[in-house]
Amino acid sequence: MSHRNYAEKIKEISGVNPYKCMKCGKCSATCPSYSEMDIKPHQFVSYVQSGEIEALAASKSLWKCLSCFACVERCPRDVKPGKLIDAARQLVVRERGGDYLSADEIPALLDEELPQQLLVSAFRRYKR
Amino acid sequence: MQRIGVFVCHCGSNIAATVDVKKVVEMMKKEPGVCHAEDYPYMCSEAGQMKILEAVKEHHLTGVVVCSCSPRMHEATFRKAAERAGLNPYMVEIANIREHCSWIHKDMEEATEKAVILARAAVAKVNLNTPLQAGESRVTKRALVIGGGIAGIQTAIDIADAGYEVDIVEKTPSIGGRMSQLDKTFPTLDCSACILTPKMVEAAAHEKINIYTYSEVDKVTGFVGDFTVDIRKKARSVNSDKCTGCGVCQEKCPSKKSLNEFNRGLNTRSAIYTPFAQAIPNVPVIDRDACIKFKTGKCGVCEKVCQAGAIDYAQQDEIITEKYGAIVVATGFDTIKLDNYDEYAYNQSKDVITSLELERIMNAAGPTKGHLERLSDGKAPKEMVFIQCVGSRCSDNRGKSYCSKICCMYTAKHAMLIRDKYPDVNVTVFYIDVRTPGKNFDEFYRRAVEEYGVNYVKGQVGKVAPLPNGKLLVQGSDLLDNKQILKEADMVVLATAIEPEASVRKIATMLTASIDTNNFLTEAHPKLRPVESPTAGVFLSGVCQGPKDIPETVAQAGAAAVKAIGLLAKDKLTTNPCTAKPDELLCNGCSQCANVCPYGAITYLDKEVNDHGIRETRRIAQVNSALCQGCGACTVTCPSGAMDLQGFSNRQIIAEVDAICR
Repeated sequence: MSHRNYAEKIKEISGVNPYKCMKCGKCSATCPSYSEMDIKPHQFVSYVQSGEIEALAASKSLWKCLSCFACVERCPRDVKPGKLIDAARQLVVRERGGDYLSADEIPALLDEELPQQLLVSAFRRYKR
Repeated sequence: MQRIGVFVCHCGSNIAATVDVKKVVEMMKKEPGVCHAEDYPYMCSEAGQMKILEAVKEHHLTGVVVCSCSPRMHEATFRKAAERAGLNPYMVEIANIREHCSWIHKDMEEATEKAVILARAAVAKVNLNTPLQAGESRVTKRALVIGGGIAGIQTAIDIADAGYEVDIVEKTPSIGGRMSQLDKTFPTLDCSACILTPKMVEAAAHEKINIYTYSEVDKVTGFVGDFTVDIRKKARSVNSDKCTGCGVCQEKCPSKKSLNEFNRGLNTRSAIYTPFAQAIPNVPVIDRDACIKFKTGKCGVCEKVCQAGAIDYAQQDEIITEKYGAIVVATGFDTIKLDNYDEYAYNQSKDVITSLELERIMNAAGPTKGHLERLSDGKAPKEMVFIQCVGSRCSDNRGKSYCSKICCMYTAKHAMLIRDKYPDVNVTVFYIDVRTPGKNFDEFYRRAVEEYGVNYVKGQVGKVAPLPNGKLLVQGSDLLDNKQILKEADMVVLATAIEPEASVRKIATMLTASIDTNNFLTEAHPKLRPVESPTAGVFLSGVCQGPKDIPETVAQAGAAAVKAIGLLAKDKLTTNPCTAKPDELLCNGCSQCANVCPYGAITYLDKEVNDHGIRETRRIAQVNSALCQGCGACTVTCPSGAMDLQGFSNRQIIAEVDAICR
């Protein structure tokens, strides 16, 4: 799939029209994970507009979004940046196919604050 | 049989690029009654109209069909052309092959087929047309202005200066409107009251102007030139003729807990009150919901202290019925409710205020006597944040889709005034775009930035959170520096969207004037007739038509006045001859038509008829053609088919439908 097609796919999955955005920054102003994100919520909209999906897919913002949907709720133009982020995340997950998590990856993910149970259940769920 | 000429207009390429006009001409030549058909690039041009004149003479035409734009554009043009050629103007029909055809189609074959069908229907109608004669109606030389703000005042003064009587109906106890609530006005920063009150006095003192305050329009009947309006003068409980305006009643009134509407509810007022010091008339009203006398029967302090004996608890609402030739709507605006915007904490903190509330705080007659202070604790703020576009430019269902237009300028004004008077206060303005077109407007905004050091940040605010220390945490975007800003503010001012005053819906319904989805009154034409309603005789002044600032409002008020004067200057108006007409032999006297008629144009008469040799007296419908507006409600209601609309008779419409279905 070309980058343009990826952008179309994201629009299709999310049902979002990024061209309605008037660059007010309300989404980034609202976002509780803002400081964790490398690409900020308002920039997400621009990335989809310009079709720069590769950078978006590689962004750690995808995994920092809490899906709290405050940006969706407050966007004055009904652009719903949270839904774009959701769609991009889905796209990436789908691309990875069935092997979401292999046993080899687990040691790297271990961290003392993470409950072991979570890893086990995640492994069960995503190993296929 | 009619002799019909068909004229097909190219409208440059507007029609000809999508409709095969030559084919339409060829097809029309085969239609019954058509003895001439031609096409021309611009039928509305002088040369195009001459084509009609020449064809009428050469082919002895009795009817004309013009296939062109909407009849709203050029029906009058072509009727006049036909009249010059000696035809009755009502022998002309328009087939709308532009708006209804070429503009909405892409495929030429389809569009041409539709154009032929539309033209055929028009020809079928003309075949049954009969000459009609327009009547005349009188013009009452008096205007009604609904709303006593700056728009209504200016319109009234301009109409009255032209020599016509004007009545202003204002629902609050004083004229003055929103402008009387403002402290300073942009871009000159002159005091609002100082420039408004002379206008208020001029209107009140004008011999041609009569002001009904604390009054509302109850009912409107009639039509252009001849409206009849019921005005409800609400009971003031104070005799205006006796009251001297001394103000003792307000001082002594023991009920002082009512929210002061004039100060946007930021402080309280007495139950007997005048909204502000310069109120016109300077006669108080008793708020009966708050008055102890009205609630419990025990009090009467105002009556005791009034030396003029002006208090009248028994006063009743009074209905005044008056006739008008023209009506100007100048109902103005209010700020939107902020209940849907929890993120700004407006309902949580007294220190989050709207810009209109800030106007009252900055004003010497306001709740803080003009001192800039927090309403929660009375402390002077050090850090102020202004948020623009609160509820404006929102295409979600929380706010308004439009730009409220005045906010960028008044926010710059507020920021500048605060920095000028309190140089130690930091002012930050969060904006999406700064929109300051207008004479000396952008210069004004730049002065706020460059001379007064107001900090403008490109980005919206996502959240305002009251903190335990009494401050407000403002979380906003700085899109140019790509960062999120967290700022502790003492006060937050919301540039709240404006919307038409809620009462406009009822007034528009009474006037049968159309309004848009945002409750703004619709213009007859958005560019070429911007101060006229599509309803004849109704004119628009001020923000009821769309957001605008004071200079624009005053300019539009003058324009609306000129349009009203143009109408009042006429002695007679030509009436539309397309009115309802009953067939006396078919009418069964059932009254259904009279019941549905919105204009009260139908009455019943006992009349002797000769029905095929049988002479008897029957109850028969009569139409007053001066009142009938040709809406056709009676014709579709009539169970016996006795009622017919001249120019749109049942036979003509069926003939059109037959032609379309052929």
